[in-house]
Amino acid sequence: MLTYATRRLVLSIPTLLFISFVIFMLLQLAPGDPMAQVPLTVPPEVKEKMRQALGLGEPPLVQYWKWLVQTFWIEPKIFIDWLTRDSFLLGWLPDTALYQGELRVISWQTRSPVMDIVLQRIPQTLWVVGMSYIVGVLIALPIGIYSAYRQYSLFDQAGTFITMVGFSIPPFFTGPLLIVVFSVYLGWFPSIYDTTHVVNDWESFKYQLQQMIMPVMVLALQTTAQLSRYMRASMLDNLNQDYVRTARAKGLSEAIVVMVHVLRNSMIPVVTVIALGVPAIFGGAIITENVFKVNGIGQLLITALFANDLPMVMTLTFIFAFLIVLFNLIADVLYGLLDPRIRYD
Amino acid sequence: MTEPSPAPIEALKDKGPAAPPRSKWRDVWDQFRKHKGAMMGAFFLLLITFGVLVGPWLWTLDPQKLDIRAKDMRPIYTAIWDSTAKVGWNHPLGSDQLGRDNLAQLIAGGRASMAVGWAAMLLSLIIGTGVGVMAGFFKKLDGPLMRLTDLFLSLPILPLLLVAVTLFRQPLRANFGPEGGMFILIVTVVGITSWMPTARIVRGDILAIKEREFVLAARSIGTRPFQIIKRHLLPNVLSPIMVSATLGLATAIITESALSFLGVGFPSDFPTWGKMLADAVARMEDFPERVMLPGIAISLTVLGVNYLGDGLRDALDPRIRGR
Repeated sequence: MLTYATRRLVLSIPTLLFISFVIFMLLQLAPGDPMAQVPLTVPPEVKEKMRQALGLGEPPLVQYWKWLVQTFWIEPKIFIDWLTRDSFLLGWLPDTALYQGELRVISWQTRSPVMDIVLQRIPQTLWVVGMSYIVGVLIALPIGIYSAYRQYSLFDQAGTFITMVGFSIPPFFTGPLLIVVFSVYLGWFPSIYDTTHVVNDWESFKYQLQQMIMPVMVLALQTTAQLSRYMRASMLDNLNQDYVRTARAKGLSEAIVVMVHVLRNSMIPVVTVIALGVPAIFGGAIITENVFKVNGIGQLLITALFANDLPMVMTLTFIFAFLIVLFNLIADVLYGLLDPRIRYD
Repeated sequence: MTEPSPAPIEALKDKGPAAPPRSKWRDVWDQFRKHKGAMMGAFFLLLITFGVLVGPWLWTLDPQKLDIRAKDMRPIYTAIWDSTAKVGWNHPLGSDQLGRDNLAQLIAGGRASMAVGWAAMLLSLIIGTGVGVMAGFFKKLDGPLMRLTDLFLSLPILPLLLVAVTLFRQPLRANFGPEGGMFILIVTVVGITSWMPTARIVRGDILAIKEREFVLAARSIGTRPFQIIKRHLLPNVLSPIMVSATLGLATAIITESALSFLGVGFPSDFPTWGKMLADAVARMEDFPERVMLPGIAISLTVLGVNYLGDGLRDALDPRIRGR
C-alpha cells in the first residue's frame, strides 16, 4: 500500500508539470497585449523596456522555466520563512531567512506578488465551499441511506425526484432565485456576502451565519443531489448481500445491521466519490462566488481573465489543477485503505 | 440397401415459432415506455426542439429588434392580479429593458442552446468513441491513450473553458463572424473537455467484447480490423454511448449557459438563455419573470434530458429489461 501511494505521488509530479506546461502554452497562444492600455504617446523603446520588465522579452520556454522556479522554489522559501518567523506553530524556531528578495510571480494588474493576493482570497472560498461541502455530505448521506432502506417508498420516490431536480437546476439559476425569495421578498438574509465582516460577538456571529446560508445552500444542493444518488445505489448493492441475511439471522437488531454492517461497506465507494467531488465543487464555486459577490479565488480568476492578467490566470488555473490531482490521489489511496480486497500491489 | 428413416417422434418435432421473434429494439422500446419520467423527458425534449425549430415561423418578431416605446412590458398573465400592469398581446411574455420581445428571445436563445448542446455532444461522442475504441482494440495504443484520458480528467475544466473562451474570442470572431466564431469556439472547447467518461466506458466494453467468440470467428475468416470495429464492435457498444450522449447533452447545455451567464459567451446582442438570465439578474426585483422564464427553460430541458438518460439506461440494460 505504501509503495502504491509513493508511486502515485511520484507519478503525479510529471502530470502536474505537463498540465502547467499545457496551460502556459495555451496562454502563450493567446492574443492580447498587456501593453494595450499604455497611452500611444509613450515611445516604442520605453514600451519595449516595460515589456522586458514584465518578463515578456524572453522566449516562451525560458518564461515557463522562470515561472516554474518562481512557483516551486522561491514561493516555498517564503512559506518556510513565514513559518519560522510569524506562525504560531513553528515560530519558536530560528528565522531561516531563505528568501533573499528574488523576483516573485508578479500580477500585471496590481504589480504585487500573485501568491499574496491568492492567500488573501483563499479563506473566503474555503469557508463557503468547505462549509457547503460538509453541509451537502451531512444532508446527502441520511437521505441516501433511508431511501435505499425503503426502496420505492414515497420517501424514495420524492428523494429521487428532488435529487434529479437538484442535479438539473444550474447554480446560476438557484442563486438569483434564492436572492429574490429570501433577500428581496422576505428580507431574511443579505444578498451580498460581506467579507470584511469580523466575528467578535453573538450578533456578528449571527450575521455571519445569515450571510453564509444562501451561498452554502446553493452549492450544497449540487453536492447533495449527486452524493445521495451514489449513497442510495451503493446501499442497494449491499442490502441484498448474503452477509446481511447472516447478520439478521443471528438476531442483530435492524439498526445495527443497517448502520454498522451495511453502511460501513457501502461507504467505501461513497468516500472516494466524496474525495473526487472536492475539485468539482471549487469549479462550481466560480459561478456561486460571482452570484453572491464573494471575493474568493473564483471571482479573482474571472477578474484576472477580463483584465488580461496572465500570471494570475496561470497560477490560479494551476492551483485548480493541483487540487484535482491531489484529491484524485487521496481518493485512490483511500479506496485501497478502506477496502482490503483492493490493494494495488 | 437403405432403410426408410423412421417417422420422427411426435413430441420431438420442431415446431415453427408461433410469433416472429421480437427484435431487440422492440424490447428496449417496451421497457422504455414503462419509465414514466423518461417518457415525459423525451416528450418535453422533443417539444422544445420542435418549438425552437418551428417557433421563428410562428412568432415572426425579430428577437434583436429594439422597440424602446414598448420596453419593460410584463407578461400577459400579470394582468390577472395587477390590472395596472403594462401588458399587451403584441408581447405575450413581455419585453426587456430595450423593448426586445421576450418570447422571440426565448425561441432564439433556445435555438442557440440546443444547437450548441447537440453539436458539442456529437463532437465529444465522436472523440470519446474514437479514443475508447482505439484504446480497447489496439493493445499498443491502450497505455498512451488512457494516460492521455487521465491527463484530460485532471484538467480543471471550468477555469480552462473560461481561459480558452476569453483568450481566443477575438481571432475566431474576425474569421467566422461574431456568432459563428463563438459557436465554433464553445462547441470545440466543450467537446474537447468532455469526451473522457465516454472513452473510458467504451474502452472497458470493447476490451470485454473483443475476447468473445464472434470476434474470433470474424478474425479467422480474415476480416480487417476496421471492418471488425464497424460491423461487430460498434453496434455492441451502442447502448453505453447513447446513455453518455444524454449526459453529454445536459452538461453541454449547462456549460454554455454558464459561460453566457459569466459574460464570456455569445456577443451581447445575441440572445441565449444564459445571457437573458444574466441580463435580468440586475432587475429581478421588479421583473422576476425575466429570470424565471430562461431559468425554467434551462432547468426543464436539462431535467428532461437527465430523465431520458435514466430511462435509456434502464431500457438498454438487458439485466433490468423484462422485469
